[in-house]
Amino acid sequence: MVEIFELLMQGFSVAFAPLNLMLIVAGCTIGLFIGAMPGLGSVNGVAILLPLTFLVPPEGAIIFLAAIYYGAMYGGAISSIMLGIPGASTAVATTFDGRPLAKQGLADKALTAAALGSFIGGTISIILFTLFAPPLAHVALVFGAPEEFALMMLAFSTFIGLGGDDIAKTIFSTCIGLVLAAVGLDIVSGEPRLIFGGITGFMHGINFLVLAIGIYGIGEMLWTIEENRKAGGVSMLSEATITLKRTLQSLKELLATWRTLIMGSFLGYFVGILPAAGATPGSLMAYGVAKQLSRKPEKFGKGALDGVVAPESANNAASTGSMLPMLTLGIPGSPTTAILLGGMVIWGLEPGPRLFVDHSNFVWGLIASLYAANLFAVVINIAFIPLFIWVLKLPFTILAPIIFVLCLVGGYAPTQDLHDVWLMLVFGFVGYLMRKLDYPLAPAVLAIVLGPLAEPALRQSLLIGNGSFAIFFNRPYSAVIMTTALILIALPIVRLVLARLGLGGNRARPPRSDEP
Amino acid sequence: MTVRTAELAMAVVMALFSIYLMVKSAELPIGWISGEGPGGGAWPFWLSAVMLGACLWIIIQWFRGKSKLARSREVYIEPAVAIDVGLVAAALVITVALFYVIGVYGAVPLFLIFYIGFLGRHSALFTALVAIVVPVVTFFFFEIALKITLPKGYTEPLFYPLYRIFL
Repeated sequence: MVEIFELLMQGFSVAFAPLNLMLIVAGCTIGLFIGAMPGLGSVNGVAILLPLTFLVPPEGAIIFLAAIYYGAMYGGAISSIMLGIPGASTAVATTFDGRPLAKQGLADKALTAAALGSFIGGTISIILFTLFAPPLAHVALVFGAPEEFALMMLAFSTFIGLGGDDIAKTIFSTCIGLVLAAVGLDIVSGEPRLIFGGITGFMHGINFLVLAIGIYGIGEMLWTIEENRKAGGVSMLSEATITLKRTLQSLKELLATWRTLIMGSFLGYFVGILPAAGATPGSLMAYGVAKQLSRKPEKFGKGALDGVVAPESANNAASTGSMLPMLTLGIPGSPTTAILLGGMVIWGLEPGPRLFVDHSNFVWGLIASLYAANLFAVVINIAFIPLFIWVLKLPFTILAPIIFVLCLVGGYAPTQDLHDVWLMLVFGFVGYLMRKLDYPLAPAVLAIVLGPLAEPALRQSLLIGNGSFAIFFNRPYSAVIMTTALILIALPIVRLVLARLGLGGNRARPPRSDEP
Repeated sequence: MTVRTAELAMAVVMALFSIYLMVKSAELPIGWISGEGPGGGAWPFWLSAVMLGACLWIIIQWFRGKSKLARSREVYIEPAVAIDVGLVAAALVITVALFYVIGVYGAVPLFLIFYIGFLGRHSALFTALVAIVVPVVTFFFFEIALKITLPKGYTEPLFYPLYRIFL
């Protein structure tokens, strides 16, 4: 323990070198704005700025990229809350309660909750990272394909609770998201799959952002236009204000969510360290668990503060967690860490257990810089909240066309193919029509994110088990996770049946979640 | 169209779409391939089958009058809303179509002028200001800072001098 403390102090001397400190502040600010743009997330920020890092020593380079990663994690929540469009897949769950809060004129509270949730998640995970880095890396190693698929099933099982009270529509929405994720080239045989009308644009698959921006950007704005017409012309997206008194009140309410904050941080961290899991399933599961554990689950989806802090603490914790297998084993836990790993190799550092011994300055400098980045990110984020609130107060007829332009450009940016922009419009229009009929659309977006992870895991597991599904129950970790998932899937259905039979009282119907 | 009719129509359309997806998935093997595991079409095929099942369940519930929407006699989209939403949807489609011809920097200002000036009835000066500032900020953020080239259609040669200065 004393040794860890000494190494950490040595790390702080690296992190607080003037150049590195500047890199932390610059990285957090750039990351915050990149993360806040719909369509751009930490992956884009880290990938785009990777070439710049060759100008500074490796410690400075990783510190800069880690600060961008952290800043973007904070920033992702901003567009989720303000516009209802998740800036990145990790912030999808934040829209569920963040957007309703903004609609109620409480955007400042939601943004403060997201920032502090992220801060707590980040801090707890960095402490865990500091104390238990090497031993935990080996737990991640026993995770094979069956455990990964079981974990995906656990993430899917939380969808049932997320959807409305129409289970058929929730199942439909989840499955269509998974099918859309399967479009493109089959990963095993390499053959084209579900290429509609032979259009070549489908060959590269459907990026989750195309569906997310279509539904949450285009569809949401069309929905708002309709709401405005019905309300006789409401002119703002949210009537939020920010004062010191309101912020102090928000902080007081935030303290009451401490259980959710701790749960989200631990869950996010442990899901983050698993290879190929990362922050998206982590934040999603934290939301699901927070709803299951809550004394007022009916408030979720309508503006519950716990619904904002759970995914936000979890996605920041997971982003720290996902650096663990990257550093100790050379296995990236998320797309962003994959790019960081690429950077490390270019800088001449070989990830693996030896890294902690051979380049302890680098590793502990990075760990110390995470503490600093976390602190700077929360301060910078809170400092910008008044600016974000001011943007929200612009008249709708000015903000709406700018958001539409952001959607069109943001939908184009990831693949740079106009085919995706057309597809985004189709998803937006169809999503709007389906939403009017109470089809829950969040499960489709979450499914398209997890689909590319779930399918290969299932196929590999079945291959290991010679086609038998028993493989999921023969291995201890996978058996526990899978059984939990199946119980969570069965619960709402059992409750519904009991309610029909008049045995379950009014607890039986899962509360309708007014998704964004 | 009432919400009741729309509920049935959507379920029928989605059921047909599910069948189409099943047929498309079956173009690849959907059974077990020795040494390779499940065929490439199996995963989307069975998921589409579940989608079809969900749609059929919605249709059955509709006929039994069980769901709230299946009994609703409200109008699905009111005429005034249809005009508002339709105008914006049409403007978006035209804007994206124009990307091929006059590029993002030609189509986006036109869209902004239509929305802010025509639909929003803001002053001409303000409309012009936004129609200029948004594309300029977009250019510097995406093309210069992030190095993401946006479509320019036939206006591409006009940007060569800017590339020479900034890139």
